[in-house]
Amino acid sequence: MMYDWLYNATGSEVIAAIIQSLMPLFLFLLPFALFAVLLERKVSGHMQDRLGPMRVGYHGLLQTIADIIKLIQKEDIIAASNDKKFFNLSPLIVFIGSYAAFAAIPFSGAFLGSNIDLGIIYIVAVTGIVVAGILMGGWASNNKYSLLGAMRSAAQIISYEIPTLLVVVTVIMITGTMNLYTMSEWQTEHFWNWLILGGPVFGIQKILLIPLMIVSFLIIFLSTLAEVNRTPFDIPEAESELVSGYHTEYSGMKFAIFFLAEYANMFAISVIVSALFLGGFQSPIGYVGNLFGLPWLIPFEQFFWFAFKGIFFVFVQMWLRWTLPRFRVDQLMAFCWKYLIPFSFVILLIVGLITVL
Amino acid sequence: MLTEFGKVFAFILTAILFVIIAVFAAKLVRPARPTKEKLTTYECGENPEGSPWVKFNIRFYVVALIFLIFDVEVVMLIPWALVYQEGGIIGFLVGAIFLILLGLGMAYEWRKGDLEWARPDIAPPKLNNTEPPEQEKEPELSLVE
Repeated sequence: MMYDWLYNATGSEVIAAIIQSLMPLFLFLLPFALFAVLLERKVSGHMQDRLGPMRVGYHGLLQTIADIIKLIQKEDIIAASNDKKFFNLSPLIVFIGSYAAFAAIPFSGAFLGSNIDLGIIYIVAVTGIVVAGILMGGWASNNKYSLLGAMRSAAQIISYEIPTLLVVVTVIMITGTMNLYTMSEWQTEHFWNWLILGGPVFGIQKILLIPLMIVSFLIIFLSTLAEVNRTPFDIPEAESELVSGYHTEYSGMKFAIFFLAEYANMFAISVIVSALFLGGFQSPIGYVGNLFGLPWLIPFEQFFWFAFKGIFFVFVQMWLRWTLPRFRVDQLMAFCWKYLIPFSFVILLIVGLITVL
Repeated sequence: MLTEFGKVFAFILTAILFVIIAVFAAKLVRPARPTKEKLTTYECGENPEGSPWVKFNIRFYVVALIFLIFDVEVVMLIPWALVYQEGGIIGFLVGAIFLILLGLGMAYEWRKGDLEWARPDIAPPKLNNTEPPEQEKEPELSLVE
């Protein structure tokens, strides 16, 4: 584990914990956000038969850096009628909610922020803080679009949390643990041991679980997609109706923080779904390090697979954005309450029966 | 001895410090030239009309209430999900009865129409239309809102 190594190197637990908490942000999240913003614009462009950003750097590679320089120089306008205290607090709370989730996500076999036993439940709980931040921002903006967006966003996030939780409970029933690291280790290194294909225990139970797990995977992917307000569930920031939802009034660095939190959330849900159902950091085809007897290579390979799965699902989210139209608000609620929740209920009961018998 | 929650706290602290430092660093670079026009609330270029802090659709609160019930019950399911296999079929039935009660509650809400977002249509009362309508009757009497 990285923490033990840092502890031995620095000799202090507090310093080791602080260095460790800085690493995902600076070594992974910020470079990822740079890359993902460009990827989103390129993917959008190519799906609409245009090229996307082309001017800054080779094929627009430096576009995001130029955007950041622009954002830093922008004036930070706080309108006269805003509720300034909450207006300034909102980006902070949104970012805390999305970054604290990374504490329990295993990046590879050798890097895990906190090996907390609550694992997945902790993540669900801490991302719930984001709702408070969004409502705060929408209310304090004193703007009709912001308030509408924030209210819609809150209703949507809390509704879709229930199918997410029910699927999570189903997974806990099968694996018997809430710790994401143990869960990923349990789905050992070949793809037929992943939970979406019934887990590593062979027998009749595995065959019965496969269809249920595929449906559960779809349910949790769709409902987490709704929780981060991505298309087709993006009514909270529907550009054509609400300008840009709860962050209409924000500008400059605070807007950038919201943007960063959104990309962090996109990546977080992708890796959480992959840790639950697709083996997390485990390789689908075995490790090169094992093949050649190089054990130090394995953590790097695991990190590669972790990032690969995460970025693949981020790409799927972008793909869906340009494929599906936006839901209407009543369709969105009906889809959650009348389809996803009953289905996940039934799956939970059937899985309970299968695992007991 | 630093516990696992201590490491979580380090993450939260990092998030707080990152946001504060980023906002203050931008404050050193950015211009600040507020004018009266800039400080009005954005409303597509018009002058803001009235307060946005208005009464909201009751549906949002109904959704929040239903969510609260479900969320608490799912939280109660989590300890059960970790240990029910030790109790065998009895252990499963304990949770299943709980879940079925929850399902019945949900069916009741569904039947009552609390899961409908759009306002349910008011059904127009059936009129006895066997006779041809008289000339004096007002034909545009609509009972549907």
